[in-house]
Amino acid sequence: MKSLKAMQHALADAGYQIDVLEHQASLTPFDEKLKESGLFPLQPNQLEIFQINIGKMCNQTCKHCHVDAGPDRKEIMTRNTMQLCINILAMHPQFTSVDLTGGAPEMNPDFRWFVEEISKLSRHIMVRCNLTIILANKKYHDLPEFYKQHNIEVISSLPFYSKDRTDKQRGEGVFEDSITALKMLNTIGYGKDGSGLKLNLVYNPSGAFLPANQSILEKEFKQTLKKDFDIEFNNLFTITNMPISRFLDYLLVSGNYESYMNKLVQSYNPVAASNVMCRSTLSIGWDGALYDCDFNQMLDLPVNGNSKHIRDFNLTELQNRNIVINQHCYGCTAGSGSSCGGAVV
Amino acid sequence: MSNHYYNAPDLAKFGNIGEFKKDVADKFFAWYGEVFNEGELSAREKSIIALAVAHAVQCPYCIDAYSTDAVEKGYSPAQMMEAVHVAAAIRGGASLVHGVQMMNKVKEISM
Repeated sequence: MKSLKAMQHALADAGYQIDVLEHQASLTPFDEKLKESGLFPLQPNQLEIFQINIGKMCNQTCKHCHVDAGPDRKEIMTRNTMQLCINILAMHPQFTSVDLTGGAPEMNPDFRWFVEEISKLSRHIMVRCNLTIILANKKYHDLPEFYKQHNIEVISSLPFYSKDRTDKQRGEGVFEDSITALKMLNTIGYGKDGSGLKLNLVYNPSGAFLPANQSILEKEFKQTLKKDFDIEFNNLFTITNMPISRFLDYLLVSGNYESYMNKLVQSYNPVAASNVMCRSTLSIGWDGALYDCDFNQMLDLPVNGNSKHIRDFNLTELQNRNIVINQHCYGCTAGSGSSCGGAVV
Repeated sequence: MSNHYYNAPDLAKFGNIGEFKKDVADKFFAWYGEVFNEGELSAREKSIIALAVAHAVQCPYCIDAYSTDAVEKGYSPAQMMEAVHVAAAIRGGASLVHGVQMMNKVKEISM
């Protein structure tokens, strides 16, 4: 499967996606909902997570991917831009966590160098590992040891504890490889009680529906993965699929777009809205551009103000900016809410 | 008068049922919510029961709602179809067991 960009699909254009979101359904504008909740304009609380997308290159081409990542995407962060990120991190200790994402971040040839440099700054590091990358090539087989060496929190997508649902979303054979990779991580202590090595899984619905209750799903995942595969993990994060990029394409092609958007709007939860991740996270693109979140990044919606690039970083301005919102933001405020750390309520 | 007795968008309007009689609607929705909370049975178990009952009472709104709910709660298509068969078997059995009444009557009036 090719990326939307490689197929020259209309939805590869962020402007077209926004046009669809704003005009193809008669929905209450998101800013009006925020006004009703007394949250407009939306502004950050304490910024503490530096989420860096170090490239769109990936060994998988998942059907729901909001990044439109895949093997045919060549956009990756350079070492120079990584150095700029490290300089900013060194100057701003309030960013206590660094969240590395992609694509498959490990495919960036400077990934390990970057992790080692961030480690020197004593920050909590999270890596969004798709699991199959560990088996994709011999050069990645030692990733679990590398993660352990730097006490990295590994956050891995596993849409479901069955092959059928997982492979439908992430590609044929992904479930089997994911199980093998999880066993490798377990073997060196990841996800095991008392090891201190965090292994968290991410659940995405494999279709046009919302995630179930996070704690109940976590219990089921734990029971089934233990019983069927002797696999352990720490926490399950339920994440709602955002109506952008490939998932938006799926919604439109399958005729689910309007009903899905209606469901998101009907499920708007003001408590979730007050806890959205963009209030504590800053997102950095592969080219060093700054965004309110990874979703805005993929929609080419940069932060408000003059600090639009890591080289122009101004914490005071960023801390006081108005967060850019649009109709896709309903994805983070539905039900128990959704963030890179799962439900927010 | 509307063109359809059953109209899919009407499901989303269920919450408006209190427009004509709020006090009892409020009681219904409070009770409904309580019924589906975690209890001696889990919310997940209640979802598959609801799906089966939706088929037994042939409520298209309920079938839409609980098909989605069951998928969200992690049931596989095969598990959901087994639940529908349970509903169908009970419905079929309910008809068939009346055959005993028929047999009783036939025997009663026959020489």
